[in-house]
This record gives sequence, C-alpha cells and structure tokens, in this order.
Amino acid sequence: MAKSGLNSTCALIGMAESDVGIVPDKTPRELCVQVTLDAVRDAGLTLQEVDGLITCNAFAEPIMYHAEAVAEYLGWQPRHCVTVNTGGGTTFMAIKMAAAAIAAGMAHTIVVAMADSLRSFMTREQAMVVQSSSGHPHYEQPYGPTVPAYYALIARAHMDRFGTTEEHFAHAAVSCRAWANQHPKAQMRDLISIEDVMGSRPIADPLKVLDCSLVSDGGAAVVITRGDRASNAAQKPIYLLGYGEGHAYEHISQAQDLTTSAAVTSGRAAYADSGLTPNDMDLLQLYDCFTPALLIQIEDLGFCAKGEGGDWLASGISLPGGTKPLNTHGGMLSYCHPGNPGAMFGLTEAMLQLRGQAGERQLAGMNTALCHAQGGIMSSHATLILGNARPS
Amino acid sequence: MSRPIPRPSPTEQPFYDACARGELALQYCKPCNRFLFYPRTHCDHCHNPTLEWRQVSGEGTIASYTVVRRSVSEAFTAPYVIALIDLAEGPRIMSQIVDTEPEVLAVGQSVLVAFEEWSDDIKLPVFKLRGVLGK
Ligand SMILES: [Zn+2]
Repeated sequence: MAKSGLNSTCALIGMAESDVGIVPDKTPRELCVQVTLDAVRDAGLTLQEVDGLITCNAFAEPIMYHAEAVAEYLGWQPRHCVTVNTGGGTTFMAIKMAAAAIAAGMAHTIVVAMADSLRSFMTREQAMVVQSSSGHPHYEQPYGPTVPAYYALIARAHMDRFGTTEEHFAHAAVSCRAWANQHPKAQMRDLISIEDVMGSRPIADPLKVLDCSLVSDGGAAVVITRGDRASNAAQKPIYLLGYGEGHAYEHISQAQDLTTSAAVTSGRAAYADSGLTPNDMDLLQLYDCFTPALLIQIEDLGFCAKGEGGDWLASGISLPGGTKPLNTHGGMLSYCHPGNPGAMFGLTEAMLQLRGQAGERQLAGMNTALCHAQGGIMSSHATLILGNARPS
Repeated sequence: MSRPIPRPSPTEQPFYDACARGELALQYCKPCNRFLFYPRTHCDHCHNPTLEWRQVSGEGTIASYTVVRRSVSEAFTAPYVIALIDLAEGPRIMSQIVDTEPEVLAVGQSVLVAFEEWSDDIKLPVFKLRGVLGK
C-alpha cells in the first residue's frame, strides 16, 4: 500500500482548547483567534515564528475567506493560509494538508485552528443551512430526513445484518459518559446507564437522544512543525506516524454498503504508513457523532471482527480501567461537539495523554494513539496515528 | 414552511415527467446493461453519455428504514418513515414508506411505488408495503 509520504515529516508541538459546551461570551471568530494564540504560546513560539494557518469555516459565523480573516484579526500575514471544508473530517484533512504543505516546503510551522458556536450563536436560518447541508436536495431532502435519521438507517442495517442491538449502541454512550465524568470541562458529566440511554427520548428509531452527540460551542488549535524543528520544542513533540483517508460516496442513499465504511480504507492506509497495527494502539479517539458511527469505526479500524463491535463495547474494554481506552475526554457524545471542529478535541486529548499532561485522568503507558474523523454520513474518513517517540 | 421541492434540471426532467404520469423511470446504460439512479449526464460506471430513460416496475425491498420521531421542520409531521429501497432493477432510492404502522416494518420487506403530490408541479415516488396494498 502506498505510503502517505507524510509520516515522520512533522510533529505536533502545540495545542489549545477554548472553554467548551455553552460559551456565549465569545463569537466563533473570537474563539478561533484565542485558540490560535494559545496553541502558539503552548508551543513556546510567537506568531512571527509560525508561517502557516489552516482553519475551517463556522456555521454560526460564515466568512468567505475564513483563514485570511482570522490572520487579519491577528494582524498576521502567514505565508500559507487556507480554509478547509470536509465536514466532520475537516479536522484531520486539515492536519494532512498542513503536513503536506510542510513536506512540500510551503511552510515550516502551521497552526490548524477551528471553532464554532452551534449552541449560542446559531440563528434559525443558519440551523436550516446546517440541516440542509447534508442530504441530496432533490433525492433525499424532499422526504424530510434528519441527520440522526441518516445514521439510524445505518444502525438499522447493522442490526439486521449482524444482530447488533440498541443496547449495544447504548454502551457507546455509557462509555463516553464514564470518561466525561472524569473531565472537569466536559459539557455532560453525570454518569448514565444503559437504561438511561434506552429510556431517553426517541429521535429516529433506533436512535434516542442519548445516542446523539451534543450541540456545543468551542474551538481548538494545534501547531505542527517540521520534524527537525520539533526536537527543540518547548513541549514533548507528538509525531505523526501514519495517515490515511478513504472516500466512499457523499449521500447515504448512494452508499454501496451501509454497514462497512471507508474507515476500512482509511485505517489500513494509516496502519501501513506507520507500520503499526490496531493492537499497537494505546488510545483510541474515534468519531462519535452517533453511537452506531462509533461502533462501526471500532470494527472497520480493526479493533474487532466485523459485526462484533457491539460485543466489544459491551465487554467494557473501552471504559475507564479497560485495556482500550476510547474517547477519554468524553467524545462528542459527552465532551462537546461544536460541528466541524468536533474531532479536534479527540486530537488535543490524545496529545495531552501522549505528553503525560492529562492531569487526574492521565493514563499509564500512553505512547501511541489513533484518532479518526469522518465527514458526511460515514462518507469520507481520515485516520491519524500519533506517537510520542521520534520514528526511526 | 413547506417541504423541500426539487427544481429539476433538464437532465433530471424526464424522471419528474414520469412521476407526473404515475410512472417510475430510471436511466439505463446499454453498454453496462445497468440501470442507475439518481439521474446523471453520464453513467457512473462507464461514463457513457448516452443514457436511455426506461420505465421500471416500481417494485423493491427495504434495505433499511427509520421512524423519524423528531421532524426536520414544521413541514413534516412526525412520526414518518424514511427508507432506503433497493429497486428490483438494481438502484437504491431514498423515499418514505407511507400508509403503514411503523411496528410492522422490517428490512427485506417488499414494497411498491406510489406517487404523491409534493407541489402543484412535482409528484414524488413514495412506497407502500406490498402486503397492505389496496387497503
Ligand atoms: Zn455504463
């Protein structure tokens, strides 16, 4: 399998998160500016020592030239400046573009920053834009599908094909909440049971409200630099060991297979790139927009056999104390989900765990992490494999 | 607020013209011996730009479905059933299943097309369970 050409070329040396959850005192642009500065400071750098900026747009405050506007706000003229938009996959596609730009010599150090305020700054009209941004305008939207309904179609197909149950999906929500319970910043921290999930408000059968991710405000940023510059960094560098992506379709009604996603392609490419396997991963940060998405990624990324994701979750292996810690910040189900930036918090949490800076929730033996994000309706996928030792 | 109404392009117009007549029509690629959906300028397999419109049976099976309990907007009254239908001729289509109790639905059930008015100009295909036809 072709190598990405990106592994070993760069490292993550800075990170920052804004407050998350309900953050009414700052606009998306202000949050993006704040995390940009904070991540650069965390890296021990000044903005003058950074020559690239990659952002994504905000639904609650769309800007035609988003990255340029953030740079302008900071009075900064970076050499490399671009806005990325691949839905939920934006985060790691942006990391790839940063790594590629560095590998190509277009920049040596890039900030990837994103923020949105789906909770506090969305108008009704903007909410409709978000809703209608997924779904084919002629062959899906006229029937009134919702985003949860698209994932419910996937969930039902998985149940029918593999005998997966609603309780299996519920285990994903319970696991993420158990981790969020340990994180002081998490939007939802109260422990929940399988019964709580099963009894929560129906949204689109078989999904209940606790199978669905949160609606949040928040932003996060990371600083990426060329490998040779990382060794002098202020923080322990986190190296990009492998990258992969996979693109299967855009609209769910065009999916060749409802129950196996392009996470298979994405994961295989990232493993081949890194020379590592699923067993080598100490920490999993997966894209839990809805519980079935998480379950299918566990299968498709090779952590269990196809169809056994439900049993894997029900075994408790992903819970605090388990051998495969998963979404240790609480994920988008319980930590926060401000839209396109959602997966950034999986990445920043992975960086903290790999640095050994996760405070009271720091886990022992954290040397490798797999972070996965997907955009569309399980449509396009990106996988990062990270490690805290410089690859040989 | 009304339900979203398709504004067909010239390429798509024959699909909606057929719906208006109460017929389901799909594009057919002769070199591939294969039907496709949604309407395209080229076959999505061989990229042949000469596609024929052919009337199809309107028969299909449920590939998956969901009962939407929280509607997308006031234009839709929950509960309603969104489904992916595998048409007998091959392509998959998203639609609603109407005139049914959600409790009786299952993946693999046979369905048949029907047509409903979405606006003065546009009729769209919906599906009914074959067991309850003529109800
Ligand atoms: Zn063809």
